[in-house]
Amino acid sequence: MRSARALLSLNLVIAASLNAQPEPPRQENRSVVVASKPFGESFLLCEMFAQLLESRGLSVERRPGLGATEIAFGALRSGAIDVYPEYTGTGLIAILHDSLPDSVMADSRAVFAHVTKRFAEQFQVRWLPPLGFQNTYAIAVKRATATKYHLRTLSDLARESPHLTAGFTADFIGRSDGLIGLSRVYGLRPRAVRPLAPAVKYQALVSGAVDVIDGYSTDGLLARYDLVTLVDDRHFFPPYEAAALVTDRLQAQIPTAIATLTLLSGRLDERAMRQLNRRVEVNGEDVRVVAGDELKTLGLVGDVQAAKTTVVRERSGFGRYMWDRRANLMGLMLRHLLLVALALLAAILVAVPLGLFLERTRPLAEPTIGALGVLQTIPSIALLAFMIPLLGVGITPALVALWLYALYPIARGTYTGVRDADPEAVSAAEALGTTPVQRLLWVRLPLAAPVIMAGIRTAAVITVGAATLAAFIGAGGLGEPIVAGLALADTRMILSGALPAAALALAVDGVLALVEKMVAPAHRREGIWRRLGSGPLDAVQGRTAG
Amino acid sequence: MPTPLAARNVSHSFGSVIALDDVSIDVPAGRSVALVGESGSGKTTLLRCFNRLVEPVRGEVMVGDRDVRTQSTVLLRREIGYVQQHGGLLPHWRVLRNVALVPMLQEMPDPTDAALHALGLVGLPASNFAHRFPHELSGGQRQRVALARSIAAKPGVILLDEPFGALDAISRADLQESFSAMRRDLSVTTLLVTHDLAEAGRLADEVVVMRAGRVEQKGTMRTLISAPATEYVARLIERARAGLEALSL
Repeated sequence: MRSARALLSLNLVIAASLNAQPEPPRQENRSVVVASKPFGESFLLCEMFAQLLESRGLSVERRPGLGATEIAFGALRSGAIDVYPEYTGTGLIAILHDSLPDSVMADSRAVFAHVTKRFAEQFQVRWLPPLGFQNTYAIAVKRATATKYHLRTLSDLARESPHLTAGFTADFIGRSDGLIGLSRVYGLRPRAVRPLAPAVKYQALVSGAVDVIDGYSTDGLLARYDLVTLVDDRHFFPPYEAAALVTDRLQAQIPTAIATLTLLSGRLDERAMRQLNRRVEVNGEDVRVVAGDELKTLGLVGDVQAAKTTVVRERSGFGRYMWDRRANLMGLMLRHLLLVALALLAAILVAVPLGLFLERTRPLAEPTIGALGVLQTIPSIALLAFMIPLLGVGITPALVALWLYALYPIARGTYTGVRDADPEAVSAAEALGTTPVQRLLWVRLPLAAPVIMAGIRTAAVITVGAATLAAFIGAGGLGEPIVAGLALADTRMILSGALPAAALALAVDGVLALVEKMVAPAHRREGIWRRLGSGPLDAVQGRTAG
Repeated sequence: MPTPLAARNVSHSFGSVIALDDVSIDVPAGRSVALVGESGSGKTTLLRCFNRLVEPVRGEVMVGDRDVRTQSTVLLRREIGYVQQHGGLLPHWRVLRNVALVPMLQEMPDPTDAALHALGLVGLPASNFAHRFPHELSGGQRQRVALARSIAAKPGVILLDEPFGALDAISRADLQESFSAMRRDLSVTTLLVTHDLAEAGRLADEVVVMRAGRVEQKGTMRTLISAPATEYVARLIERARAGLEALSL
């Protein structure tokens, strides 16, 4: 009885203290957008953030595998996402481009304090307290190579580098905390540098295609292949402490989310992280299961029923793998198709009238179409990255980028088709008293239809392909398993997106080929298509037959 | 009802090139006049002034009793039949629909009937040809269709720009014959452009010889032969005659 009263009074005190706050923080009723960069550990941390937030009753939108640092951080700055895992060293060098005295560089606390201050001032972005582990670059060689050349440190590597071929990720080659800095500080001059996708660098090293790679110190594969990580004897690499990067906006709108994410601070050490990465990258376990298990182990969530349903995937046939994911793949395929259809439709609505307009104003035609052509030369991933500051992440920027790609072939086809449509027929139609609109609808467009359709088909196939990259900015579609598969070095996952995408391209092209047959000018139609829409005057067969 | 044509003091230039230099001609209602000359003589430019495909810089162009500039180009053109050298049939329309184009534009009550009638006049039986596409016809048949298209709406005037110029000699002779027969059945004013003096003599009541944008001589073929007004006309006739004599050898 006493204790019950004590509890009651305690409750009252808590209630009173809550009421006493001048203004209780207002929670906005929206999802927290949780993202990651496209590699295994980032996926895993993203999933842990997401499950943790969900366990506290918050709704979450997942955007895993967003481009590289530039895209992910761009998305965060623009407010398109709320949180993603980042590393202090990356923040310091790749984002801020700051250099610090060596004494500060060596102190991970000092580096953390520096980036925290600078990010808050410059970007209105906060670093939550570090998760508890560092994931630095691990410049790795095979044990045999290390023995042969007596390699233990990066200085040793620099000495022997003229005999060695490096396989580095594109990111590492271009970063000042990557190859550029290593060359400057250690004098590293490999015989050749091969740019490698993260997913294949370990295979490339083990197979002997390259002699040295840039791994991450927490990679599960370092241990699996018994590789030697060379010691950074000149302390070139800054500390790379992992932490959640969040926007001030999230802090203002959903403070609970910040509080919840902070629960993970200091809870993950390097050994634990390596173990988790190994489960995902080497054993091929589902990211959701691994993340859920770890949160349970840490006592941060209770038994999650959902996590139980997906067990460790069996090493079964590819057909089985696809079949098991059929519902998910169908959803991705529909989303992909939706992206393509919307982008293509919008492109047709703009590019066909544009082509017609340019045909009337010939001097503008080549410069305008040329400008659209230049857009084609921008790599899709770069174009998608440009969209982020303007439109954030998700479906809108993807649609705009795909739309831009589709404009050129359609505008070119329309312009050329209408310009070159049987000039004799057009001039005769004019001389006989047709209006410009009648000539357009009766003569020029029907005669130009095959060329216009060819442009639309080209655009459609390009769009189906480019849409796989839309996953890098969180637009979903069949690129999702491709991006995730690349990050997790999972070939089956990559193929489960790539093969349906290829099939989709063929199917879309096939369907449009039928449409092309249907819209061909009547005299060029064959077989059953001949009967289609040849005009009211052709209904007089009976009257002339006699 | 045949419509008379007239051009008065018409001049036109394309940039610095003078195409027509103070040209006047008359085509009385129901008559047939041929414009003859070499390439660049201005004959096609003059023809195209009548349906406003060319707007002359100076001068007056009359179709019937109205200056062409007082009418909308679209309505004016629907009143005038037109045949060009390469027919200009719409390749994706069947013959019947091609021929019915102008009746359809004029919203005649039954364009199909008008088209069938016109096909009969140019000697193409509808049962055989109405449902073909232009590419399923010979060159001569295509020009017949173009001719049918120009008369289907029963215009008061037709303009023909080298209508048989691209045909082989036999088709050409056949078509010239059909054209003459058709003219006898219809009462229509015709203005014909040709570089072939013999064709002009066969198809026209009167010939206008043009050279470098000016009228060299106009008159009947008989007058041209008996009294060529200039040395150029005389040379033109001489050359046509030499061609014929070479044949008779």
